[in-house]
Amino acid sequence: MSASEQELTEFRQQVSAWLADNKPADPGFLLPQSFMEVGTEQQLDFLREWQHKVWRAGYLGMAWPKAYGGGGVAPVFQSIVDAEMRRHAVPICFNVIGLGWAGPLINHIGSEEEKARYLKGILTGEDIWCQGFSEPDHGSDLGNAQTRAVRDGDEYVINGTKIWTTMGNFAKYMILLARTNPNTERKYDGLSFFLSPMQVPGIEARPIRKLTGEYGFTETFFTDARIPASCLMGEEGQGWKIAMQTLQYERGAEAGAAGGLAFERVVIDDMIDDVRDLTRDGEPLLSDPVVRDELVQLIMAEKAGALNSKRAAIQALNTDYPFSLPLSHKLAFSEHGRLMRRFAIGLQGAAGGLYVGDGQARQGGFWQRAYFNNFSTTIGGGTSQVQANIIAEHVLGLPK
Amino acid sequence: MSVINNTTLVFDEDQAMILDVARDFCRQRSPISAVRAQLDTPLGYDEALWQELVGLGWPGLALPASVGGSGLGIRHAVGIAEAMGRAMLGTPLISTTLAAQLVARATAEARVDEFLADVAAGVPATVALLEGPDWGADTCQCLFDEGGVLQGAKQYVPDAQAAGWFVVVTRHHNLPALALVRASQLRDGAISPHTLIDETKRAATVDFTGVQLTPDAIIAGEQVTVALCDFYLLGALLTAAEAAGSAGACLDTTVDYLKTRKQFGKLIGSYQALKHPCVDILMGVDAARSFVYHAASLLDDGAFDRDAEIACRMAKAQSSEVLLQAGDRAVQFHGGMGFTYECDAQLYIRRAQWSSQQFGDALHHRKRLAALLLDAAA
Ligand SMILES: Cc1cc2nc3c(=O)[nH]c(=O)nc-3n(C[C@H](O)[C@H](O)[C@H](O)COP(=O)(O)OP(=O)(O)OC[C@H]3O[C@@H](n4cnc5c(N)ncnc54)[C@H](O)[C@@H]3O)c2cc1C
Repeated sequence: MSASEQELTEFRQQVSAWLADNKPADPGFLLPQSFMEVGTEQQLDFLREWQHKVWRAGYLGMAWPKAYGGGGVAPVFQSIVDAEMRRHAVPICFNVIGLGWAGPLINHIGSEEEKARYLKGILTGEDIWCQGFSEPDHGSDLGNAQTRAVRDGDEYVINGTKIWTTMGNFAKYMILLARTNPNTERKYDGLSFFLSPMQVPGIEARPIRKLTGEYGFTETFFTDARIPASCLMGEEGQGWKIAMQTLQYERGAEAGAAGGLAFERVVIDDMIDDVRDLTRDGEPLLSDPVVRDELVQLIMAEKAGALNSKRAAIQALNTDYPFSLPLSHKLAFSEHGRLMRRFAIGLQGAAGGLYVGDGQARQGGFWQRAYFNNFSTTIGGGTSQVQANIIAEHVLGLPK
Repeated sequence: MSVINNTTLVFDEDQAMILDVARDFCRQRSPISAVRAQLDTPLGYDEALWQELVGLGWPGLALPASVGGSGLGIRHAVGIAEAMGRAMLGTPLISTTLAAQLVARATAEARVDEFLADVAAGVPATVALLEGPDWGADTCQCLFDEGGVLQGAKQYVPDAQAAGWFVVVTRHHNLPALALVRASQLRDGAISPHTLIDETKRAATVDFTGVQLTPDAIIAGEQVTVALCDFYLLGALLTAAEAAGSAGACLDTTVDYLKTRKQFGKLIGSYQALKHPCVDILMGVDAARSFVYHAASLLDDGAFDRDAEIACRMAKAQSSEVLLQAGDRAVQFHGGMGFTYECDAQLYIRRAQWSSQQFGDALHHRKRLAALLLDAAA
């Protein structure tokens, strides 16, 4: 059953009207620019309320099954909502590890019981999820993760340390990658995947202060923490396979996300608008030929991203390297974001040296903060360098 | 209005079928050995292959059925250009397609039907435009007098050696005009071939002095100005499509070598200093193809609008840059072998330099994009 053009147009108008009416007013404190920067209770309460409101209106998880709190309609409706949210520059739906990664995973490979138990709370924002993959000594080399999970009766006992755990201090659940067998020949085969509770004795999440001076992630210590054996997803030894599938969602190479914005809107249009009043050498900044050429290149990069998404859906135009566009999306998007924001600061003249908190910082230091925060996308979810390795090996077929 | 604005990208079944046929044809009929066999021939292509290509209906693809064409839109030619670029297949197809588009867009009068019918039947045609190396100049000294006698020469005329028809860009009453000239009207020695950096291509200086034009051969009027603007953009787009294809093939050539050559006991493709630039090129080719087919989506038989202009210019800017980089790295990543004539990297680095300079390089287009994108909304 496919929706008619007219139906979609009407839906778009309806969403747009709802967003115009319901977009929250500026709360008067700094909001996170992405789900990786929720640092205070105040921010959390605000975002939770917003996400709940979006869900109540029927605009989140639209393509997820009705039985689990979703809308049960075609994904195109959620795409329309997401595009309108971006256009209206509304706040993010913060519970991204649930909405975008754990949720789709549970939807696709979870048991009936797991779906019934977890999915709705992800959508409502009640159950915050975090991800326990990275460890202090094993980041890019994730397959080497050493956090131990030892079966003891109908429990697993967890010991070890995870780090860079986004929202680790707020989360109710964690997707956890831990080693159930330290003696396998291949390091990957000893890993298992858990849907673990966070509020149990022996788990401590200590906030870490970030580059920006704000908070958002934790170092997460497991000391003889006992979790029910039923938290194991799939079977022991399947952890790597499941973790890789999770990363596919995280890197945007596979569909299934509940929707909502994971990042505050930062687009080149806003950047250009923000510098129109500036001068360079006493002339309007935007008349400077060097600046103009740089801007055109950034505009092209952003437009290429949008066009790539369209082309990815046309099979006849993806015959050479079918996985090229899905696998390179994250790298292209995150690196463009970095260059654009860095350039935006450079355009500000002496004001580029100011930061959030200075009364004269342009746009309140928005671009400075946005530049720093962009590293969450070039480092988190697999660094750009590791992404380039993956593309070289899996798309171009180059040797390891 | 957003600077990103129009992101239309459609690709219909006809286009998909033509692309598929074109890629198969080029793969089979234009392996690199066949490309190399043409490097030092006068015309640069195999006449039998050209006739096959005519048999497939490519020169007349976008011409109306009334003159023997297929009546498809010009967007359908874009995939063919890309496929030919991928196979490094020269031939005057792009020159001929552009010449026909320029004339068909400049006038709807029946007197050009003979020209268009010749093109659809496979007579190569070309546009004689430049009088110097500057793509942004609009000086024109190649003029005709009251008696219709042409005076002056044109440089960088693509495929002049093969052309049966020349579309000479001239002026009439101080406005751009076109003159249709048959090759048979040129005096002996009028064509002086250039030595091109890209040996798969041909171009020449052509002296039109003394050619007698009949009134029927002159196309004038405001429509010519519009058609010329669109011709520049279409030329940029078809060159971009061809370059995107060449860049993809060039990358494949490099990657193949990286998978076979060993140094320090390892395949060199395992070194990230080689791997990561290949990924950059792959992503550059991806962007180029997206711009190319986006631009194709916006073209029809009418005058190009602002979005189409932006799209064509972005396609050319992106394709030129990525092919330059692909060719450059292909030579470097082949080591000493890369510096030889025998190594195919030379074909691509030469194509890159030639292609970059057709219809304006990346800087030329970005300068115009800046005006389109940054000034309009100010
Ligand atoms: C804001 C933020 C939020 C995060 N949230 C989470 C989270 O919620 N849960 C979670 O589990 N993790 C999270 N991470 C962690 C993230 O996934 C890791 O930081 C990342 O995988 C890199 O690992 P690392 O920090 O150990 O760096 P390292 O792996 O030590 O990398 C250091 C440098 O070496 C380079 N490098 C490493 N290996 C290679 C190689 N093979 N080839 C070339 N270069 C290489 C890297 O690119 C990098 O530049 C988050 C990170 C950030 C920044």
